[in-house]
Amino acid sequence: MNLKGRHLIDPNDFSLEEFKQVFDLADKMVEYRDAFGSVCKGKILGTLFYEPSTRTRLSFESAMLRLGGTVLGFSDASTSSVSKGESIADTIRVLDTYADIVVMRHPKEGAPMLASEYSRVPVINGGDGGHQHPTQTLTDLLTIRRLKGSLDNLTVAFCGDLKFGRTVHSLVSTLARYNANKFVFISPAELKFPEHLKETLMEKHNIEIYETESLEEVINQVDILYMTRIQRERFFNEADYMRLKDSYILTRTKLVDAKPDMLVMHPLPRVNEIAYDVDDDQRAAYFKQAELGIYARMALMALQLGVDVNVEGK
Amino acid sequence: MLKVNSINCGIVIDHITAGKGMKIFEKLKLADAEFPVVLLINVSSNKRGKKDIIKIENKIDLDLTMLGLIDPTLTINIIENDEIINKMQVSIPEEVQGLFKCKNPRCISNFDEYAVPKFELAHKNGKIRYRCSYCEELTSYSI
Repeated sequence: MNLKGRHLIDPNDFSLEEFKQVFDLADKMVEYRDAFGSVCKGKILGTLFYEPSTRTRLSFESAMLRLGGTVLGFSDASTSSVSKGESIADTIRVLDTYADIVVMRHPKEGAPMLASEYSRVPVINGGDGGHQHPTQTLTDLLTIRRLKGSLDNLTVAFCGDLKFGRTVHSLVSTLARYNANKFVFISPAELKFPEHLKETLMEKHNIEIYETESLEEVINQVDILYMTRIQRERFFNEADYMRLKDSYILTRTKLVDAKPDMLVMHPLPRVNEIAYDVDDDQRAAYFKQAELGIYARMALMALQLGVDVNVEGK
Repeated sequence: MLKVNSINCGIVIDHITAGKGMKIFEKLKLADAEFPVVLLINVSSNKRGKKDIIKIENKIDLDLTMLGLIDPTLTINIIENDEIINKMQVSIPEEVQGLFKCKNPRCISNFDEYAVPKFELAHKNGKIRYRCSYCEELTSYSI
């Protein structure tokens, strides 16, 4: 169980024991952050962002800087050699001489995996199209583990765009590997959780799934409510969007029926799917989640780089 | 009844589902062969009513993965000195690479041509589909 030199392309690349290793280290980093301030001194993170991302990129950069390392890369493919038609294979073969670890976001599904086939340094998938976003999953799991105390026996509802939401796909497929978790999918018919992923999950894990179009119907039964953004352009027509958009907005009124210890999570950024009056509710966990994302990425990169994390006295 | 002589030395691909013989003939590039080859279509079959058969009077390399993908019911008989010395069954391949493309238009393999996905068999019963190693989307095969 050694994560040194390993890629993280899909959450399935790591065993549950390896996830635990990341979370245990992240917990220590939350508690003694400054003690880890130079464990990655001399290490360089390469950020290959082929499409815009503020949050994930800055979270990675912050994580590496907090570990004492440095960062280089691009955040817009149009300003890099990619715009001249360079292939992913060539880009990564050059970049892996500049950096010790690489994070890649790409609009095409499978691009980070392709990069990992040519890279001599660990590659982290920072989001590939509608496919996977494994470090968001690490963030989500760390949040659940810290705030609920366990990653087993949970009823987890996902609400909104479940068709294109890669954070949802990654988290569902990972939570399905833990014990006795149940899933509730709340979405309009147009944005339902993809059939092929559902079939794969049922085949591998025999999990319980309940699908509905109504948030109100199930909000009182769930331990975690994972909200996602519904984009207007995903709808086939304006009438459907107008009809459905309010059904997928969480308000304080709707929270009245929810369990007192339920967690409201969201990968952020939100637009209007969580009303601002929910922010003060004790169940709102999304800003804590964003904060924990830094620690999840710090722990992940430290372990992939194989640096000494036995910080004195911690 | 059409009569075709048996072959002395070579390969007989038998029990081909009627209608698939031509496709296999094309995929094995038998039209370019310089040795005798016979393609029989709609031959009567006790088990299935009718079938196709290909007789090749030569030893050639066969891509069993490709044959299993086109028609997992066919059998291959290797003939030497008028006798069947080896009889092989093909099956639906568990893993396929390079024979068809991922159907997902957002998959990297449809943009970078050097990215050739490995497809893993997703369902043995019912519809046969393959999961792309890059994007995990399921593709029904068609070659």
